Amino acid sequence: MIETRKINKTFGENHVLKDVSYIFEKGKTNLIIGQSGSGKTVLMKCLVGLFEVDSGMVLYDDRNFSTMNFEQRKTLRQEIGMLFQGGALFDSMNVEQNVMFPLNMFTKQMIEEKRDRVNFVLQRVNLINCNKLMPSELSGGMRKRVAIARAISMKPQYLFCDEPNSGLDPHTSGVIDHLIQEITKEYEITTIVNTHDMNSVLSIGDTVAFIYKGNLWWRGDKETILQTVNPELNDFVFGTELTSRLKR
Amino acid sequence: MQKVFIHIGNYVLLMQKVFSRPQKGRIFWNQLISEINSLGIESLGIVAFISAFMGAVVAIQTAYNITSPLIPMSMVGFTVRQSVILEFSPTVISLILAGKVGSRIASEIGTMRVTEQIDALEIMGVNSANYLIFPKVVASILINPALIIFSMWMGILGGWIAMLASKLVTSNDFVEGIRNDFLAYTILYALTKTVFFAFIISSVSGYYGYVTNGGALEVGQASTKAVVYSSVIIILFNLVLTQLLLT
Repeated sequence: MIETRKINKTFGENHVLKDVSYIFEKGKTNLIIGQSGSGKTVLMKCLVGLFEVDSGMVLYDDRNFSTMNFEQRKTLRQEIGMLFQGGALFDSMNVEQNVMFPLNMFTKQMIEEKRDRVNFVLQRVNLINCNKLMPSELSGGMRKRVAIARAISMKPQYLFCDEPNSGLDPHTSGVIDHLIQEITKEYEITTIVNTHDMNSVLSIGDTVAFIYKGNLWWRGDKETILQTVNPELNDFVFGTELTSRLKR
Repeated sequence: MQKVFIHIGNYVLLMQKVFSRPQKGRIFWNQLISEINSLGIESLGIVAFISAFMGAVVAIQTAYNITSPLIPMSMVGFTVRQSVILEFSPTVISLILAGKVGSRIASEIGTMRVTEQIDALEIMGVNSANYLIFPKVVASILINPALIIFSMWMGILGGWIAMLASKLVTSNDFVEGIRNDFLAYTILYALTKTVFFAFIISSVSGYYGYVTNGGALEVGQASTKAVVYSSVIIILFNLVLTQLLLT
């Protein structure tokens, strides 16, 4: 479980996050949704420590992340996996080396053990016989799957996914969404997904937090979101031609 | 002016992160070998080419400008040796390397920044500054002196071949000039400068790559800044070090 308590973040005059308090539940796919520029990416970066919060607390199972020093954070970060928007695979390494990287850095396992783990996680994300491919040789969906494999190679307790479907076709997006959901249930981890893709919301949103102009505007799940009367959320959910027609 | 001090402050803070113990010795060693290859060995061709031709040009210019019969022709070899060892190899080749190696370092690290690869390292708990920049700094400090020694050798060889080919100076006169009044300290002076310049090239370029923010355009700008500022700082330090080491 990850909890935020009244976190605030400003950039100069721009108050991006305003007293955001929320609980991201264990074993569930917790979605953060909102329009571009609403503050959801900043919220995720505050959660993982890429941005420091100005005030408030971020708690990882009651461990206060905000007050940890570098070494304490380093230890905690070994329990974190993150899937970046573009995959963030290391260009100079092949698929196997990318997935093995955290194992090389933080474990004392023998090479055979590491290779077994790499093959296991690659198999888990349905990537077989591509250990030696370079990131430039992979399709967008494959890059995302390698990134997921790398994120789960250290058996994380917390998985963060920043816009996992960006740049993917609807079918591949669905595959990635279901993979994230399966992994969440299988390993009983706390997963946080940052998205503005309504297909993802409706298929994997165990809990949904709607961020509007830096505020936590609405909270619910994939069922309740369709019945909401919140005007800002309605504008967001039914903002496209397709969804507005479906609503009518 | 305020911007300059902000950059200096940020550079010092980054260097504090860079100069810490590597997370895994074996991984650092592998990176070091790889960087020595990419920053040093892959520069051998350009260093050899430029050094040989510059040595040849210095020799030809000197030979054509000696018109007085009172000046011995061995002066050509002497001039080539002194100019190559004292200034050409350590300073000019370092400036060439600032262009070749500096832009490579800045664009490599800058690209990693804008494609979130550095964020990925940070999330994993890796000290990204140390992991990315430290091996490059150490590799440059180790390999650049070797490149400069090689450059000296190629420069003098280029001058000698030019004299043999043009028959302006005999081989004996040229070699005699190279041997005349040789001070081993000049080599030490050149290598001391080289070590400072190697540190400047790798750390300044690493800094500009690391603080890149934006996209492809900013990576290009970071690469340009890395080359320009490395070159300017090398020129400034050249003056200071020459004054300190030769007085």
